[in-house]
Amino acid sequence: MVAVSSLIGTIKDIFIKRESSNRIDKSFTNPISIRKNEEDIKIEVKDLSFYYGKFRALKNINVKIPAKKITALIGPSGCGKTTLLRCFNRMHDLYPGFKYEGAIILYPDGINIVDMKVDLLDLRRKIGMVFQKPNPFPKSVYENVAYGLRVNGVKNKKIIQEKVEWALRSAGLWEEVKDRLNTNAYNLSGGQQQRLCIARAIAIEPEILLFDEPTSALDPISTGKIEELIIELKEKLTIIIVTHNLQQAARVSDYTGFMYLGELVEFNRTDKIFTNPQNKLTEDYVTGRFG
Amino acid sequence: MSKDRKKNSLKSDIIYPIVGFIALLLVISFMITLVLDIFIDGFEKLKDPSFYISYPSRFPEKAGILSGWVGTLLVMLGAIFWSLLIGIPAGIYLEEYAKKRGFLGKIETIIEVNINNLAAVPSIIYGLLALGIFVYRFKFGESILTAGLTLSILMLPVIVVNTREAIRRIPRDIREGAYAVGATKWDTVRDHILPYSLGGILTGLIIAASRAIGETAPLITIGALTFIAFLPPSPFTTEFPFLSYERALEALMSPFTVLPIQIFNWVSRPQAAFQINAAAAGFILLVLTVLMNALAYYLRQKVRRKYIW
Repeated sequence: MVAVSSLIGTIKDIFIKRESSNRIDKSFTNPISIRKNEEDIKIEVKDLSFYYGKFRALKNINVKIPAKKITALIGPSGCGKTTLLRCFNRMHDLYPGFKYEGAIILYPDGINIVDMKVDLLDLRRKIGMVFQKPNPFPKSVYENVAYGLRVNGVKNKKIIQEKVEWALRSAGLWEEVKDRLNTNAYNLSGGQQQRLCIARAIAIEPEILLFDEPTSALDPISTGKIEELIIELKEKLTIIIVTHNLQQAARVSDYTGFMYLGELVEFNRTDKIFTNPQNKLTEDYVTGRFG
Repeated sequence: MSKDRKKNSLKSDIIYPIVGFIALLLVISFMITLVLDIFIDGFEKLKDPSFYISYPSRFPEKAGILSGWVGTLLVMLGAIFWSLLIGIPAGIYLEEYAKKRGFLGKIETIIEVNINNLAAVPSIIYGLLALGIFVYRFKFGESILTAGLTLSILMLPVIVVNTREAIRRIPRDIREGAYAVGATKWDTVRDHILPYSLGGILTGLIIAASRAIGETAPLITIGALTFIAFLPPSPFTTEFPFLSYERALEALMSPFTVLPIQIFNWVSRPQAAFQINAAAAGFILLVLTVLMNALAYYLRQKVRRKYIW
């Protein structure tokens, strides 16, 4: 019985793997793509354009974000990297005057993220976000982490307690806050607050975690801790990070996308982007000639 | 050139503070004169305990403010209840749910602009409105219920505007943080928007209430009595469940007077002794207003300390 089910599992695995490698094969002609057979794809952005009112902030973005890797988005201010990041969890929908064109396919479910029929609550449960400025709720440390579980319908106190501890441990914060879970989160330091926000995001076990310049408001030591944490987290989930800091992108990411004026100029392995960029603009940017 | 500059700096750095200080002194001295004057005038009555527990009377020495302060208390409770019940949801709707586009958006913009105008409408107009709607149309009579509703209309614009401002002070990040973990709009309003803005909302409420507590015109319009020698029935009973709905309803529908009307009545009498009563009642009203403002200040400070954005 056990043997049969494991056999079925293996067959399934083979099928799924073949399917995903097929997907990569087909897109091989696309200049901005991952090379063949390298990784599984988590998100595929197809011809994505985004408008704020009449302003076209993103222009025909095509990219494949690999699963369980860290992908960095770099580029000068106003290039659209945060705009692209906020498309993935549809944060733009909170404000009037947005329009998406094209598609963002989330694998393995195959749903189109920018489809207006998508269940946003479900989407945001799967795709967590950590913001530029630490934004804990003015509630207790415990409540901050438990909040995501509560709004997603977890009522069992024991489960919540376990998940809170697990999330705080995963965020490397447990030892620092275990004796003051009931103090207001605003009493924590900036770096601790940001790790608390990461704990809050991972408590609901998302598949993808988006980071929007997570260390820009922090000191170097806190920044180091967050970067270590991001690298640890990639074992469990796919990470996309927007950063202004080129060294940070080089340190933490596996893949890097360079954006300029709403376009994705180049996307490749991070070492390639930094040592052997194909595009003149990318080269100028990563060598510090502009930006 | 430098001489001119010197002259200018003399003007701005020395003359302005002096002028400003004199202006400040003027304001304060008006205030102190007023308070001291009515305190001294009414002192004889203020120190007499029976003044607080006596009904009005033809004889100035027997007359008290019992029906006045009980009426004021009940009417204000009603006004606060109704204005919160309507004002907070309206404010939250305008700030969180209102669409900025389309036909509905246009209507909402018109409402938005006019809410600020409503705060400037003379209170007697509200009295006329209430007379037409609550007294004649809904047949609530010249009752505590009508008075509470009338003053709540008066307070509504202030409460809506303050609710919106309190909500607007909550940073965008906090909302986004809630939405990012999969909260619905209602989750966000219930768990974040409402609790974090409560301090501001309460401050607005108390400012509105301390204005409404002194209102006379709209209450005279809806037919408040000027002389009343009984209290509304107490809804509390000695037997379980200690609360009688019939008597509560009866209390709501009973006639009333309020302190400002009592003062107005006494001031307009020829006997000099009534002037003492009027001054004493005026002082009590002032104390109530100051207490309410102090409470508003306290709440604001407390909430500010709790939520520093």
